[in-house]
Amino acid sequence: MFDNFVVPNLLPAAPEMFLAVMALAILMIDLLVKDSRRTVTFVLTQLTLIGCAAIQFATSTGEVTYTFSNMFVDDLMSDLLKLFLYMTVVIVMFYSRGYVIDRESMNKGEYYVLALFATLGMMVMISANHFLTIYIGIELLSLSLYAMVAMNRDSVASTEAAMKYFVLGALASGLLLYGMSMIYGATGTLEITGIAERLYGGGVNKSVLVFGLVFLVAGLAFKLGVVPFHMWIPDVYQGAPTSVTLFIGSAPKLAAFAIVMRLLVNGLITMAADWQTMLIVLSVLSMAIGNLAAIAQTNLKRMLAYSAISHMGFMLLGIVTGVVGGDARYALNAYSSSMFYVIAYVLMSAGTFGMILLMARAGFEAEEISDFKGLNKRSPWFAGIMLMLMFSMAGVPFFIGFFAKFSVLQAVVAAGYIWLAIAAVLFSLIGAFYYLRVVKVMYFDAPTDDTPLTAPMDMRILISANGLAVALLGIFPQVIMSLCAYALLRSL
Amino acid sequence: MSTYPLLSLAIWIPIFAGLVVLSIGSDRNAPLARMLSLVGAVAAFLITIPLWTGFDVANGGMQFVELGSWIPRFNINYHLGVDGISMLFVVLNAFVTIIVVAAGWEVIQTKVAQYNAAFLIMSGLMNGIFTSLDGVLFYVFFEASLIPMYLIIGVWGGPNRVYAAFKFFLYTLFGSLLFLIALMYLFIQSGGSFSILEWHKLPIGLGAQVWLFLAFLVAFAVKVPMWPVHTWLPDAHVEAPTGGSIVLAAIALKLGAYGFLRFSLPILPDASHELSGLVVALSLIAVVYIGFVALVQEDMKKLVAYSSIAHMGFVTLGFFMFSPMGIEGALVQMVSHGFVSGAMFFCIGVMYDRVHSRQIADYGGVVNKMPKFAALFMLFTMANAGLPATSGFVGEFMVILGAVKFNFWVAFAAASSMVIGAAYSLWMYKRVIFGDVANHHVEELSDINMREFAILGTLAIATLWMGLYPQPFTEVMHASVNDLLRHVAISKIQ
Repeated sequence: MFDNFVVPNLLPAAPEMFLAVMALAILMIDLLVKDSRRTVTFVLTQLTLIGCAAIQFATSTGEVTYTFSNMFVDDLMSDLLKLFLYMTVVIVMFYSRGYVIDRESMNKGEYYVLALFATLGMMVMISANHFLTIYIGIELLSLSLYAMVAMNRDSVASTEAAMKYFVLGALASGLLLYGMSMIYGATGTLEITGIAERLYGGGVNKSVLVFGLVFLVAGLAFKLGVVPFHMWIPDVYQGAPTSVTLFIGSAPKLAAFAIVMRLLVNGLITMAADWQTMLIVLSVLSMAIGNLAAIAQTNLKRMLAYSAISHMGFMLLGIVTGVVGGDARYALNAYSSSMFYVIAYVLMSAGTFGMILLMARAGFEAEEISDFKGLNKRSPWFAGIMLMLMFSMAGVPFFIGFFAKFSVLQAVVAAGYIWLAIAAVLFSLIGAFYYLRVVKVMYFDAPTDDTPLTAPMDMRILISANGLAVALLGIFPQVIMSLCAYALLRSL
Repeated sequence: MSTYPLLSLAIWIPIFAGLVVLSIGSDRNAPLARMLSLVGAVAAFLITIPLWTGFDVANGGMQFVELGSWIPRFNINYHLGVDGISMLFVVLNAFVTIIVVAAGWEVIQTKVAQYNAAFLIMSGLMNGIFTSLDGVLFYVFFEASLIPMYLIIGVWGGPNRVYAAFKFFLYTLFGSLLFLIALMYLFIQSGGSFSILEWHKLPIGLGAQVWLFLAFLVAFAVKVPMWPVHTWLPDAHVEAPTGGSIVLAAIALKLGAYGFLRFSLPILPDASHELSGLVVALSLIAVVYIGFVALVQEDMKKLVAYSSIAHMGFVTLGFFMFSPMGIEGALVQMVSHGFVSGAMFFCIGVMYDRVHSRQIADYGGVVNKMPKFAALFMLFTMANAGLPATSGFVGEFMVILGAVKFNFWVAFAAASSMVIGAAYSLWMYKRVIFGDVANHHVEELSDINMREFAILGTLAIATLWMGLYPQPFTEVMHASVNDLLRHVAISKIQ
């Protein structure tokens, strides 16, 4: 049986392998580093991520390439998502550096290594073409994140958040696996493209398949954090150390989008009518509950958690409008608008949590909305950056958040779901209220705390760049929009 | 015709000037911030002059057109142009910006750079609204202009400013979100175009037209504001600083009315005819009922705010009679209201800066202490009441003339506003200005200084000029209004 053994084509997975090797190496090197600020570890981590991006560029062929017995796929969508992933993680690491140094129990080499492993997990998820690959990716990501959430081990809130995250995450993985096993039962394969072929061929037991699909969608909904599977999001966002919240709240959304695309679009597109109906319900519920619950929050991290729920609900609108009555004419338009939405959201989310980190210092978390009181007096520049981020999140032009909402909404209208578009804009009107409140606190209220901001220069520059990017990409959204459309055109 | 991209300059010069002023930041450099703002505002105004002088009055189409691709993914273009309907508002807007910068010269002492920058940016954005010929470009400017106004009310406003700022923002956002969906629907229907001029030619069935009309109506009615969605305006006016009130009344209210002419009438002619009764009814309620509401106000700013709603009722009434007289009268009324209401709010601001009260009851006998002010205030009060020889008369008279042809009873109700308008304006004037000196605050009043005199004097000249010789204002409108009416007369149902 070994006659058939062929060495798989390793090139499509080169960035993954590089990252894995480097993560292990950094784990070792960190033991030898004496520096209490862990500059070497930090720099190596960043170089690894930049190296991954370079390899990604060098090895990208633009073609859809399967390898490892079709378990792994490399296409333009995965290339693009991974490049944004590296960029996000680089930004996240920069933002969290000062915060981590100020907190004894988090200032460990493991922090960086876990972040790298989580990144690896996301890369695997993005490139998965097999149920097992997806599962491995999800678990690698989740286990790293559980540990990161619990890293600040003296904090009761963090420990509780980690426990909650772990238990609910395990439940979600169980649901996902159960769904996968059902679909396997119905189709006889675990390979996503294989499933698509079987379904296309017909003769598959529909009831088993739909049964499996329900569990699959539930598992995905857990990972995306959409209602009614959102319970972990507010607690984990609030309880985790802010630098970890930043990580959880940004990069994994890209990976979650990718597995939704892989599982539902690549694998189960023939079942679109079934899963679209389910996702419409999840999406509307998420926008409703996310936006309404966010109004009541006084903790900024918790507010942003609910805002994340509503944003993921909005993003799903693009996914649900791809196939209309068996006609996939609008699919490219719809899915690429969702992809643009996710990228825009990650950029805004990174900036917003970055602002919390910027305000935080040793022994002070700056996670209450009231901690931003009078920021315009203390630092007009950063108040302006936060203002742009908030209006962008609310979907007000000229910021990227508006065009993200715009592109998804036009897909919804194009698909003929006018009522869904109206519901979406009405919920985002509710959403505008709590973003406006943050602006109100910064601009209309007097400061209660006059301590100057202490964040290091590199962070100041980066967060300014992040804020300005939100504005500039709002004036010139074409670049990313067409990148998304092109990537999906070449991948679907 | 000039070869310079005048419209782009009219939009981006104030915005750029605003960003420069913003970079000055600290209040230590406040004089510099004020100077730079004034320079920026004057430069932006000078740029708009050639729009008027170089305007071809015989041409009813778009002039000074600029067209470039902006977001090819959705076929969104950077498409600018003005016709006889929009050109005057660009000039008016640039003019009012100078007034506003001058109005805050001594009064605003905190965050001076941010204050002036907000107004400059706002001015640029509003020029963008008046000149956009692309639906998305229009929408983007339309909504972005909420941000500076939200900050102006919230940061420099009165005691209840937070409530007013939120109400202003959420109310107007609500209207514009449905408008956005309507734009997308038109985009799909037209086979992928956001060009407003192409939409003018797009055939649409009556059912769809009615729905689109209602979506537009919500957006524009909130902005105008029309009864019954007007309640944000008195709150916003009362809490906003003087400059904010001037911009709101003089320019921001015109955006909604302008939207009717640019979107509702030409894109949806059949629905406009079908639902004109509704709009006329709402307009008459605004004219008559809100006029009475204005009569009983005890706060001067609230009184002028309600009178603005009543005057804007005249404007929407004029539009939906589909006659050249009605539409031109409404347009004249819009420009005139820009001068007069701006001046009224400035006059109230002059008194408020000295006494720190807007209550009518806190005044009395002001003429004894401020004779120059009283004389100018008298002119604007008269103009607000629609006295002949002031600009306020021309527009109202034209609209009423148009209404007589349309329906006698509509004209009768509209004309009754001349009486109500005179009643609330003059009664307020009498109580504030005449009589004996009411209290020691009034006793200590000093008459207007050079700066205030210059502002009011300029506005007075504009008001009288428009009242005595409206020709330069109306002649630019003829061709475009006639074009519009020809267009509205043709059914789009196929």
